[in-house]
Amino acid sequence: MAIAEAPRGPITRPEAPPWTAVLHDWVTTVDHKKIGILYVLMAVVFLVVGGVEALLLRWQLVRPRYDFLGPDTFNQMFTMHGTTMVFFMGIPILVGMGNYLVPLMIGARDMAFPRLNALGFWVTLLGGLLVYFSFATGGAPAIGWFAYAPLTERTFARSAATDFWALGLMVSGVGTIAAAVNFIATILTMRAPGMALRKVPFFVWTMLWTSVLIVFAIPPLTAGLAMVLLDRHLGAHFFDVQNGGSALLWQHIFWFFGHPEVYILILPVFGMVTEIIPVFARKVLFGYEFMAAATAAIAFISLGVWAHHMFTVGMSRTADLFFIVSTFMISIPTGIKFFNWLATMYGGRISFASPMLFCIGFLSMFLIGGLTGIMLGAAPFDFQLQDTYFLIGHFHFVLIGGTLFGVFAGIHYWFPKMTGRMLSERLARWQFWLLYVGFLLTFGTMHISGVLGMPRRIYTYDADRGWALLNQLTTLGAIIQAPSFVLFVCNVFASLRNGRPAGADPWDAWTLEWSTPSPPPAYNFAVIPTVHSRRPLWDLKHPDDPDWQYD
Amino acid sequence: MSVATTTMAGPPAGQSFPVPPAIRPEHTLSPGQWGMLSFLVSEVALFGTLIVTYLFYVGKDVVGPTPAEALSLGLVVCTTACLLASSATVHVAERRLERGNQVGFLRWWLATLVLGAAFLGGTAFEWHDLIYRHQLTISRNLFGTTYYTLVGLHALHVTAGVSIMLIVLGLALCRRVTSANRAGVGLVSWYWHFVDGVWVVVFTVVYLVGR
Amino acid sequence: MILLAQSTSIFDPASPPAESIRSLSVLVLAITGFIFIAVEGILIYSIVRFRRRAAAGTALPPERAGESGMREKEPPQVYGSKPIEIAWTAAPALVVFVLVLVSARTLWEVNVPPPQPRERDNTLFITVVGCQWWWEYTYDRYNGRELGFTTANELHIPAGDKGVPRPVYLTLKSADVCHSFGVPRLGGKTDLIPGRTNSMWFQTDKPGLYLGQCAEYCGTQHANMLIRVVVDSPSDFEAWLANERKPAVEHPDVRAGRSAFLGQSCVNCHRVRGTPARGSYAPDLTHLISRKTLASGMVENTPENLRRWVADPRQIKPGCLMPAFGLGDREREDIVRYLLTLR
Repeated sequence: MAIAEAPRGPITRPEAPPWTAVLHDWVTTVDHKKIGILYVLMAVVFLVVGGVEALLLRWQLVRPRYDFLGPDTFNQMFTMHGTTMVFFMGIPILVGMGNYLVPLMIGARDMAFPRLNALGFWVTLLGGLLVYFSFATGGAPAIGWFAYAPLTERTFARSAATDFWALGLMVSGVGTIAAAVNFIATILTMRAPGMALRKVPFFVWTMLWTSVLIVFAIPPLTAGLAMVLLDRHLGAHFFDVQNGGSALLWQHIFWFFGHPEVYILILPVFGMVTEIIPVFARKVLFGYEFMAAATAAIAFISLGVWAHHMFTVGMSRTADLFFIVSTFMISIPTGIKFFNWLATMYGGRISFASPMLFCIGFLSMFLIGGLTGIMLGAAPFDFQLQDTYFLIGHFHFVLIGGTLFGVFAGIHYWFPKMTGRMLSERLARWQFWLLYVGFLLTFGTMHISGVLGMPRRIYTYDADRGWALLNQLTTLGAIIQAPSFVLFVCNVFASLRNGRPAGADPWDAWTLEWSTPSPPPAYNFAVIPTVHSRRPLWDLKHPDDPDWQYD
Repeated sequence: MSVATTTMAGPPAGQSFPVPPAIRPEHTLSPGQWGMLSFLVSEVALFGTLIVTYLFYVGKDVVGPTPAEALSLGLVVCTTACLLASSATVHVAERRLERGNQVGFLRWWLATLVLGAAFLGGTAFEWHDLIYRHQLTISRNLFGTTYYTLVGLHALHVTAGVSIMLIVLGLALCRRVTSANRAGVGLVSWYWHFVDGVWVVVFTVVYLVGR
Repeated sequence: MILLAQSTSIFDPASPPAESIRSLSVLVLAITGFIFIAVEGILIYSIVRFRRRAAAGTALPPERAGESGMREKEPPQVYGSKPIEIAWTAAPALVVFVLVLVSARTLWEVNVPPPQPRERDNTLFITVVGCQWWWEYTYDRYNGRELGFTTANELHIPAGDKGVPRPVYLTLKSADVCHSFGVPRLGGKTDLIPGRTNSMWFQTDKPGLYLGQCAEYCGTQHANMLIRVVVDSPSDFEAWLANERKPAVEHPDVRAGRSAFLGQSCVNCHRVRGTPARGSYAPDLTHLISRKTLASGMVENTPENLRRWVADPRQIKPGCLMPAFGLGDREREDIVRYLLTLR
């Protein structure tokens, strides 16, 4: 029997907006979530650029007296690699994730100053572009990322490349300070009712202290860069040794910025890892108050250790000793954090989805980086290993093993929230193991090269130094790591298209951002929630045993 | 939007779930105030670096003129008095605005502006003298380098303050500034007090200690 | 000789500062190694012992728990423990205290200010000036005797012997940008900073060749600012000193080359003692041929390499500050033949 059916019309879908409208929306947005994603996108692009620069460096060093890159090109590459990774990858990716997550975690609808937020992003991007414009002068600056005076004076750096570099960093510094100001105002004034400062999600606490450090540490760099530009263009004598200027003054100013800078690069990651480990161990963070106090202690002490980058400049033994003591002291709160993470895992029920995998990578490698840092804090040891590959190994263990692995943990954890899709676990595992193994090969080997006397920033070396095999292993590790980044980008694109729908709370987590849909609507929360403890969603899921009973 | 969709059982029969304690309200500065405060901390770090640099280079010149030769207190004491007075006038302006006295606010705000401009004028005059009579330029010696950078950066901040106050003046003349929305005026006055405070330090370091 | 592999390992000390640092390194490595094994061990143990084991028929893993609303029972939630926190604050503090003491002791041993030169002190005082991309060595005093000559790129020092140490004190200065003098087997590195004078010391009983290189990025050819410390026996060193103090050899056969050299702009930068060439911006050439290498350790000092260098230095050391002078073949050959006599 024929069944009468209503005639079927064409399937109608709501019209997807034209790409021009989408672009306009993103370019003019003041929504913290979109701005956060813009920061992350910028960082990923610069990560790839900086990574290519690193691969070029590694290829040049694969054999003694190789002429793949000439000395000047090599020197430009390591300058740009360092500058890019620190300023246009590290800071933006952390500021971006902070921007996305902080309002959601504290139950706010946006940051305190949304337009300042947008300004901060575009200014940071402008700074990055300005630094890369230096290639248009005939070559990037070849001054090293810390640009020791008087190499930056007109006499030694004739082209305008150095000017683009200094200007670009001053400009992006403005963006960074704007972001910090925004975080401080937001975190201190826009928390949901009941969320006292001692009950904020740990990531929020670390973003607060990171912002405090930014506000103290970036302006000295801005001042120093202004001095460089004044020397180069108005005949000032800040670092002009012939006329009484001091090369050491630059070093003090730079490292007064430079050391807190590395804590700016790690504190947010400490926060991310502290969010993820409890969820995947199914246990509350062990010792929240001590972790919080340790964070503040690290921030304070980090302002007093800078001259451990200058142990070889010939300061008095008393001055050296002061910085030995402060440097060792900072290891105590860092150790406290480590033990608390372990105690959180201990007795838990640990599962190993990709966020937790990256956290374990972080723990295992940040430990090594921290320990080699302690070794270098013993100044005489540093006399031998300063400016060698041991040092490069150390800081890549903390910057990649620490910051980058932590960032990947965070991205894998919060990607479902940001996009509504799960990332592919399979691709993530491949990415993790390639990165982990390649990383250990590259930077573990560097410690040996350093101990055997290989200095940093050399474009080549003689065959009789015994470093050739070590350099080949190091380069091999880089070649193993490179595809992991490609896999990551593929994972992101593929998951955006075909990832499993995530739902609001795919990880069964406990902080406020997981109570919104994935992705959250523009206004974040229809009703601003009231919280009573550090784990508002735990309280909701376990009304019989809420956290606030144990405060 | 909703909380994670999990099925939650009600309390077991005869029992109720624990009730959280009441929330104590928090009192803190406004977002704008925390924002301005954080920004001013960054300015402290900026000026601090230049002040430390100034002190580091005091007495290290190989060629003159030295601060003792080039700097004179007369004019700069007047400009300092102007700037310090402007802090007082901006405070009075704020009080007037608080009480809804628009005319009083305009008057005292204008006075602040004028005093700030007078400071800048005096500085320009002083620099003219330094450059043409004492041959002190930024490239002359370490003193010139550090002096013009430090005092110049401060003057730049005064200029920015005066410019912002001009904008506020314009808005006030269009009756857009009232007692109800005086928060912004408060923030500008914080900035202005800060600029004054920095000048007290710079003046002491450059004109008293360094000489 | 130049191709022999030379150790520059910090674990192969030949001098008291390097030995002190090696002892410190071993201790620090032992302490941090122990911490590493303990902490990494706890990490691995926790991962293995407390991994989630799915009981039969229960909920999806946590990452999928949100979907079905079925959740496993959570393990006991432990919020913290003040005694434990104090314990693992105090223990590292103790370790830190020990490390500070050990570091301080080594620091005081290694960073010793130079003494005043005295008669028969068996001590060598040299002033090192770092230049973009070579090393200038001015020998000031040895054993109380004034020396007062300058050489470049090859640093000869006497070995100690028969219980008589012969310490070497270097005064470190820079002519342009920051450099760093580091020979790992002899001691830690110290920077050469323009406008500032630093000092360092070492001494060794073992004659031989000790390698190092500039350890502070100083521009294009930072990689090729190599350091060659030749430790001679005391008698060999005296012979070397005697030769170095003499003015340049005047060989009658190379008069043409000598005139050509003195007539060129070579003399603006180079010094050849005993001739009118008194430039001080480039390596002293008075005893050029007594050195085993050219271009600060880059190539062997052979006639062919010397010829290549004089023709176009930037073929060997791109970016170096000596340009090609566009000499005619004849003139260049004459100059090279002259230089070859400067033993």
